[in-house]
Amino acid sequence: MARAATTADAFNAVAEPRRRRILDVLAGGERPVNDLVRVLGLAQPQVSKHLRVLREVGAVEVREHGRQRLYRLNGEALKPIHDWVKGYERSWSERFDELDSVLEDLKQEEERDGDDE
Amino acid sequence: MATTSSGTAMVTLPTDEQILITREFDAPRHLVFEAWTTPELVKRWWNAKRGEMTVAEIDLRVGGKWRYAMVTEDGFEVAFHGEYREILPNERIVSTETYEGVPEGVSEEDATTVNTATFTEADGRTTVTILVQAPSKTSRDAIVESGMEAGLQDALDLLEEVAVSLR
Repeated sequence: MARAATTADAFNAVAEPRRRRILDVLAGGERPVNDLVRVLGLAQPQVSKHLRVLREVGAVEVREHGRQRLYRLNGEALKPIHDWVKGYERSWSERFDELDSVLEDLKQEEERDGDDE
Repeated sequence: MATTSSGTAMVTLPTDEQILITREFDAPRHLVFEAWTTPELVKRWWNAKRGEMTVAEIDLRVGGKWRYAMVTEDGFEVAFHGEYREILPNERIVSTETYEGVPEGVSEEDATTVNTATFTEADGRTTVTILVQAPSKTSRDAIVESGMEAGLQDALDLLEEVAVSLR
């Protein structure tokens, strides 16, 4: 099916807002599907469909626990996305490191000007 | 107490068209706002040591224009300009931002984001958030990619330093 190709990498898997929402919820800990249904306000088949896509890329793992299936986040699978954003984040970090030193100077100036608050 | 905070910027992608940048500073927000909106001060940090900032024009009023340009060490000019849409002194600035170096065929509209910078103070420290609203996912992704190249460049610079130190 053509659909498999479009969802087979982490980027596409998280392109869907409800799938991101699922990941957000699972970031807080392991959950059974019923919890996800309740939190997301979606029908169970829909939640299951999204979970399947997330499992295909390894972003979500599942295990049996008694009669329940518990879903959990697998952060490792999301690493490509993390790496992608990292470069951008680094540019800003460097820019802000410079801003830190500007602010340090401004604070000292303010103290010198006798602003004793 | 008065240490320089050197925290790292946190970047998240709240929706397909957005980028959210967050960072805390060890200074009250009126100073952060001053550093953010004063041309001589912007020239000291915006370039992030990647080159010299040649232009920092700021007409800080609604409808006023801004333009930043820097020349990288290898002589390449990078410039952005935009217009202020909303200004709440020490609290919030909403402005447009257009990258001037877009490839042929990319419209000005596609190269323009709407950025909301928010300054929040608590206990003398200021949290700055910048929400970048891009016109499309493609455009948003291109912006993130540009950072990736910069990150790669840093890595190469570091590699060079290491290589030199091994000589």
